[in-house]
Order: sequence, then C-alpha cells, then structure tokens
Amino acid sequence: MKSFITGLAAAAALTLAAAAPAAAQQNARIIVVSHGQANDPFWSVVKNGVAAAGQDMKVQVDYRAPETFDMVAMSQLIDAAVNQKPAGLIVSIPDASALGPSIQKAVAAGIPVISMNSGSDVSKKLGALLHVGQDELDAGKAAGAKLKEMGGKVGLCVNHEVGNVSLDLRCKGFAEGFGGKVTVLPVSNDPADIRAKVKAALASDGSVDTIMALGASLAGEPTVAAVKDAGKTGSVKVASFDLSANFLKAVSAGEAAFAIDQQQYLQGYLPVVFLALNAKYGLIPGGDVPSGPNLITKDKAAQVVELSAKGIR
Amino acid sequence: MTDVSHPTAPAAPVPPGPAAKPARDERLREVSLLTRIMRRPELGALAGLVLVTLFFLSTADASMFTLAGLMNILAPAAQLGILAIAAALLMIGGEFDLSIGSMVAFAGLIFGAFLTLTGWPLLVAIAATFAVAAFLGGLNGQIVIRTKLPSFIVTLAFLFILRGLSLVGLKWATGGSTQMRGIGERAGEGIVREIFSGNALEGLFAWLAAHDVIARFPNGTPTVTGVPVSIVWFVLFAAAATWVLLRTRAGNWIFAAGGDANAARNSGVPVDRVKTGLFMLTACAAALVAVLTVLDAGSTDSRRGFQKEFEAIIAAVIGGCLLTGGYGSAIGAFFGAIIFGMVSIGLTYTRFDSDWFQVFLGAMLLLAVLFNNFIRRKVTGER
Repeated sequence: MKSFITGLAAAAALTLAAAAPAAAQQNARIIVVSHGQANDPFWSVVKNGVAAAGQDMKVQVDYRAPETFDMVAMSQLIDAAVNQKPAGLIVSIPDASALGPSIQKAVAAGIPVISMNSGSDVSKKLGALLHVGQDELDAGKAAGAKLKEMGGKVGLCVNHEVGNVSLDLRCKGFAEGFGGKVTVLPVSNDPADIRAKVKAALASDGSVDTIMALGASLAGEPTVAAVKDAGKTGSVKVASFDLSANFLKAVSAGEAAFAIDQQQYLQGYLPVVFLALNAKYGLIPGGDVPSGPNLITKDKAAQVVELSAKGIR
Repeated sequence: MTDVSHPTAPAAPVPPGPAAKPARDERLREVSLLTRIMRRPELGALAGLVLVTLFFLSTADASMFTLAGLMNILAPAAQLGILAIAAALLMIGGEFDLSIGSMVAFAGLIFGAFLTLTGWPLLVAIAATFAVAAFLGGLNGQIVIRTKLPSFIVTLAFLFILRGLSLVGLKWATGGSTQMRGIGERAGEGIVREIFSGNALEGLFAWLAAHDVIARFPNGTPTVTGVPVSIVWFVLFAAAATWVLLRTRAGNWIFAAGGDANAARNSGVPVDRVKTGLFMLTACAAALVAVLTVLDAGSTDSRRGFQKEFEAIIAAVIGGCLLTGGYGSAIGAFFGAIIFGMVSIGLTYTRFDSDWFQVFLGAMLLLAVLFNNFIRRKVTGER
C-alpha cells in the first residue's frame, strides 16, 4: 500500500517536473487574471499579446482565467495572484462590486495594477494605475449610429455572455446610437445555438433589418450564416464587435457591414510592457490608453484577414 | 461489509463505521479501532488529499502553503463544500439534485430583491430567502416522490427552470441588466452581517500579525486579516452533518432510505419525509452559499453558481459517496471539496500554462476517485 502511494506520488511529481518549463526566477513575474477563457477566440488573441510581450520584454507572464464566467472564482484567482507577490498585476473588471475588494487588496499590498478590456469606469477608483481598453458604451453608440446611417430601422442585439456588464453596455450603446427599435436576444456561447436562435428570431419578426453581434467568431459568423439560411443576405445588415478571419471575409464579400476592432492584442501586450518598464525603470503612462473602437469596413477588411487568422487581430 | 448490526434499521445496509456503542452485546462481532477507521468511506478522500498535497508540494510555488495561500484554497473549497455536504447527504439518501447550481443564482436574486426592492432588514431577507429555497427544494422532492420519476430528470428540469428564472427575474428587478449591484450597501452593518460576510477572528489575526507570527505586506497590513466566515460555516456544517449521519435516528433513516427504500419503509422509516427533507436541505445549502457570496461580492448576476451542481457531486463522490445511494459520508465530501479547491487554485501557483487547466483538473479528480476506490476496496474487502 505504502509503496503504491509513494510510487504514484513520485510518478506524478516526475511527470510534472519533466513537463514544467524551466522556472526562470531571475526575471520579474507579471500575472494576468481575466474573465475570458482561453478557448474563447477573442481571449486567445489577448493571451497571444500577453505571451508576445512577455518574450519581448523578457519577463515571466502568467495568464489565468476562471473556467466559466464566474466572478467569485475570479476574485479568488486574484487573491491567489496577490499571494504570489508579482511585479505587476493585470486584471479585467467586468463586475466591480465582486472584484473590487480583491483588486484593492492587491493595491494595498503594493502591487502595481493595470486594468484592461472591461472596467474603464471603475479602474481609477479601485486604485489601478491606468486602463487599456475600449469604452464599450461609446463603441456601441458609434456602431449604432453607423448602422442607422446605413438605413437600419429595427435592430437585434445578440448577447452571448449574459451577466457580463461590458456586453450589456455594448447592447445599450448600440440601442442609443441606433435610435430605432432594438431587442436583445440572449444566447449561449455555442455557435450552433446562436445560429439557430438568430434564424428563429428572423423568422418570427420579418421587420428586423439590422443585427449586432458582440463577438465576431463566436456570434458574428453564425449570425452571418443564419442570415444566409434565412435568404436575407444583403437585406439584413450584420455588424459585430471584434474580429475573426471568417467574419472579415464576410465583410469584404459584402455579407456583413463592418467589424468593430478594439485591438485586444494591445490589451494583452501593452499592460505587460508598461508593468515591465515600471518594474525596471519606474516608468508608467500618464493616463488610460484607448485601444478602440476602430471600424473595419469592406475597404479595410482584406488586409486584416491574414493577421486575424494568425491570432493577432 | 456489514458486520456491525444496527438497532433501529436492521433491514438496511448500515454505515460501516463507529455507530453509537451500546453496552457489550454478544451478537456483535468486536472490530478493532484500526479496522473501523480503515473502513470509513472518507478514508479514500483523505488519502487523495495527501496525494494532491504531495503533488503541489513538489510542483507549486512555496507561497501556496503559507497561511494566506491556504485561506485562498479554503475559500472556494468552503463554498463548494457547503453544497457538496448537502449533496452527499442526498446521495446517501438515494437521490440527486442537479438544480443546486442554478439555485445559487436564483436564491442570490431573490435575496437581492428582498433587500433592495422590498427593503426588508437583512435578517428578514435571509430568512425569507431560506424559506423560498426550502419551498422549492420541497417541491423538487414532492415531484420526485409523487411521480416516481428519477430525481436526476426532475432536478435537471429545475436546473434550467431556475437558471432561466434568474435571468428573467434579474432583468425584471433591475430594469434590463443581468447584474444586480448595491446589495452590500443595502445590507447595512451589524451582527447579522458579520455572521454571513467578512472574516472571523480578525482580532486574533491582527494580534498575531503584530507579533510577527503571520506575514505582513510591505505596507504593514497582515496578509491574512481573518478566517472568511464561509470557511467557518463549512466546518460547522460538516461537523453537524457528520453528527446527524452517525449519531442520530435521522442519520440511520437517511442510510436506510438510500440503501433499500422498500425495506426501509417496511421497517417503519418515513422514507418520503426523509427524502423531501434532504431536497429541502440541498436547496437551503445553495441559499446559504448564495447569501454568503452575494454579501461578500455585494452583487449578484445570472451566472452565479454555474456548473456547481457537477462540482458538488464530484466532491461528494471523491468523498466516498456511491452513485447508487446508501453509502458515503459528510466528512468525505468535506475533504473532497478541499481537494477540489486545492486543485483549482493550486494550479495557479505552478508554472503550467492555464490552457492545461481543465485537463489537469479532470485528470486529478479522476486520479483521486480511482485512488479512493482502490483504498476502499482494499480495506473493505469488496470485489
């Protein structure tokens, strides 16, 4: 029995020792805790930016996220990060009340914090040095206004992460900028489910002429497919937040109106650079860095496609 | 494995443990203390915990095993554990409750609504939340009993119903948002608040920090300011559940109902009442987790408790509960939840890419259960 236990433990330890990358303790360590799972195409680009900056700046970077959109679990991950005393902490803040105490604890512990992606409104108040991201409400308004200008009257906002305030703000901004009638369609984060639900929504309300998706590959692509299924390509305008290779192809083919690029690669890359420079020289920019919005329409789409396929845009 | 016969429910399989020891009875075979300890269902979970601890001792950053690091592991373990212990009792009683994760979100919503919309005082809001949860749990139980449908199906339906109601209710209560904020401010301060949120033993920890027993941040505040109350609830609940299972008539009834409901009924166990009570207990455990997390976070959203039902069942199974009922322990679920918390937080202290997180979690849980099973068979002589 005893030999079994020790054998098992030794085997586990050995496998891990072999698999673990050589722990480089000589460099500063920067920890990223976001709410985005790495299997979400959007967040994999952020993670690529984090990794690239870590290499370029020669610092250790760790990217952490809870398995589901779980604010309680995320605050626990922040607590765990604080406990490891990193040279810098990067967080996204989709729920300030739930995450605030943990972030404030990090600040109190003397760890420089930069917020990214969501939380531009609360970043300063919680003690973060600055925010790198896109103001979701304004981005939504800009997109809504553009779609109104393109002749939209009845809109649908497809929300794939119900409970995330940033996405709620995008829909709200879209509704304000659009001006017309807007309904929010809650869906799961499964592309097949999104396609079916958008198709059903188009069938049940024939007056819908504009659809806003809140993530390109997850929601934008199935929405384009659903519009095609319904035989309404061209008559129903589709726009989406964020980029994906296929959605951009749809934009350049005229099947979708435009994509709103918040350049999330920068949201992963820049904070790591800032915190590395801060650890080395005490340097830090004087204010928030807006990484978007940047509307990618038909004329610009083709050049972005290749980079999107590489996980950079 | 049933060499200890039992006075109140002789027809049912009996927990193979140290039940209340009456005066010496020649019909009972004397079993040594060591054998009795080895036959406890939670032994495997304890061994699994040792295994997982060894794993992290050899791979993780040393800060994981500081006091702050351990509190970090226990915080998620406590929230899951409260659910897992209730789930374990229900599983021993022969039923499942897949609606507990959704119940966390739904109870969080009604608790928030009672506080912010109706403006009830904290104590009343908490009591009302538990009442609603108990009612829904009882409803679950009554549907299972009256329709004789498997509880797996009935509570699966409730999983979706409650998750959906949380979304609809939140949008209705907040005027369109899926997140309700400002609950912390409405709760106010006072003794009730302190029982359900914040830290216990803050004075002791401040004293320990002042005397350099525990570490401090560079600015002088201690790295741990107290024991989160959820951990206190977790420990108390585990102790109470273990006592009920092993030392009370209700405990015997739970084992009997899960072991063989007909035999139990024939020997006078109120099986339906026991099962309904257990469903109410799991719902109330979910409500407790909701109150604890909502008060701590100050907000609630429609994704709270997502997938917690599976994690709770996993923790109960690691803790030695059989999926077929009639066997298991509450203290095993306690250790199961700690294993879960250790794995989920512990991986952040290692140098593994987080993309591997779910693979590790799944593999370690499988390993823990296999190991647990192996030990149990070895010591009970089961085939």
